[in-house]
Amino acid sequence: MNSTIAMITYRAMLGRRRALLLFVLPLLLLVLAAVLRVTGNADLDTTTNVLAVAVSTLLPLLALIAGTGVIGPEIDDGQIMYVLTKPISRTSVLVTKLAVAFSLVVAFAVVPGLLAGLIMSGTTAGVAPAFGAALLVGAAAYTPIFTALAVASRNAVTIGLLYALVWETLFSGLAPGAGAVSVQQWSLAVADALTSAHQVDSTVSLGAAIPLLLVAAVGGTFLGAARLRTLTIAGAE
Amino acid sequence: MSELKLTDVSRWYGNVVAVNGVTMTIGPGVTGLLGPNGAGKSTLIHMMGGFLAPSSGTAVLDGAPIWKNQDVYRHLGLVPEPETAYDFLTGRQFVLAMAKLHKLADPGAAAERALARVEMQPAADRTIGTYSKGMKQRIKMASALVHDPAVLLLDEPFNGMDPRQRLQLMEVIRQMAAEGRTILFSSHILEEVERLAGHIEVIIAGRHAASGDFREIRRLMTDRPHLFTVRSADDRVLAAAIIADGSARSVRLGADGLEVEAVDFARFTWLLPRLARDAGVRLWEVSPSDESLESVFSYLVDR
Repeated sequence: MNSTIAMITYRAMLGRRRALLLFVLPLLLLVLAAVLRVTGNADLDTTTNVLAVAVSTLLPLLALIAGTGVIGPEIDDGQIMYVLTKPISRTSVLVTKLAVAFSLVVAFAVVPGLLAGLIMSGTTAGVAPAFGAALLVGAAAYTPIFTALAVASRNAVTIGLLYALVWETLFSGLAPGAGAVSVQQWSLAVADALTSAHQVDSTVSLGAAIPLLLVAAVGGTFLGAARLRTLTIAGAE
Repeated sequence: MSELKLTDVSRWYGNVVAVNGVTMTIGPGVTGLLGPNGAGKSTLIHMMGGFLAPSSGTAVLDGAPIWKNQDVYRHLGLVPEPETAYDFLTGRQFVLAMAKLHKLADPGAAAERALARVEMQPAADRTIGTYSKGMKQRIKMASALVHDPAVLLLDEPFNGMDPRQRLQLMEVIRQMAAEGRTILFSSHILEEVERLAGHIEVIIAGRHAASGDFREIRRLMTDRPHLFTVRSADDRVLAAAIIADGSARSVRLGADGLEVEAVDFARFTWLLPRLARDAGVRLWEVSPSDESLESVFSYLVDR
């Protein structure tokens, strides 16, 4: 971890127009939750539906924006050279970037998700805290995957979108087997285990989900660090 | 005193060979890496700076391998070619951040020294996004020398600079070389290299084409068949006189004057006015017709 790199990364993430995306999506979720609550439509079914959307859409999108945003643009325009020409291990560079991305996902997806749940149905059946936990473990798995992807490929955002939206959302619905390779389903398994509400369901068992989440988080971190260690900057020629 | 050494270094991307069997030693003083665009200069600098592994051969700094060795950056500074630096930081914040990344004992003082060296203190509190090209180049320079490195690599540092900024930067580079540093900069402009570099390495199409001080390189580049376009009061008479003298290999009489292929550049340019005077022909125009750097370089390659 390096505080100087973290400072530059936070400023790059929050000081640009892209930061608006970080604010807008969770704000929409909170507004929706408040409207449902005020209009008296926030029953347990609606709450779980809305929170499931937070897990399936808000979380991967923000993890994608933050996970790739902390390092992808810097690699693309070559600015990463200023950080890499220092006597700092590249593993430490990656871990710092990852920590910044994770903190942003927690701030802009996990916390708003938990708050939205609490607004809609308090702690009834433990649904809100259960989804909060699901969002947290999902963030811990998605972020390293997307950061590693950003180090490995210039098309990280496209690949990430295809994975999160097409694979997880579309294919998981069509073929249950695809759910086994889905951070979304692993996260829902955690939510399922923590709430007594029957509306929450996952295609993966908790016993499978937890090791898979760990593999994603640790594996993403190692792959990202390994790729960054051998990152070559293509010449301008 | 530090020494950068490349031994039989090649780098290829798939089927494309960017750098081919280059061996060179860069010692203290200013070395110019000269070559046309696309010759492989950036690829070489990236290998010297640890951003690219040689596909074969070795690149070492004072005996230590550069690739995958973050410790070389304690002694090495690099000014990359892309103009972008963190645009949202002020110049001072940027240089200070670089000093902190080097874990210097007193990063604040080091940053101020570096800013003073490139004369960027007056503008140091503006964000980098508002800087001119020359200022960006200087702030990048300050960031590269904040840790007082023994070796400095500069990739096309004069690109986009106006003449005054160019002179200023040359002066900074000269001073640092005088302190015993090893400095390498790349350029595709012979005059830049000639004015600044004590030693020149020429790279053409990925190959190490020539090496030496600027006199040797200049001689290699001028001592070759030259094409001139000559217009005069009587092209026919002048053509006869030139052919009779023997300093030209061929003379072609065209509608716009003579095309002369001179064998010996120095002798021909010295001789032509005399020939014309003796023949009673008034010269209107003498212009070299193949002075583009590419034609000079292609001559060196074919040599």
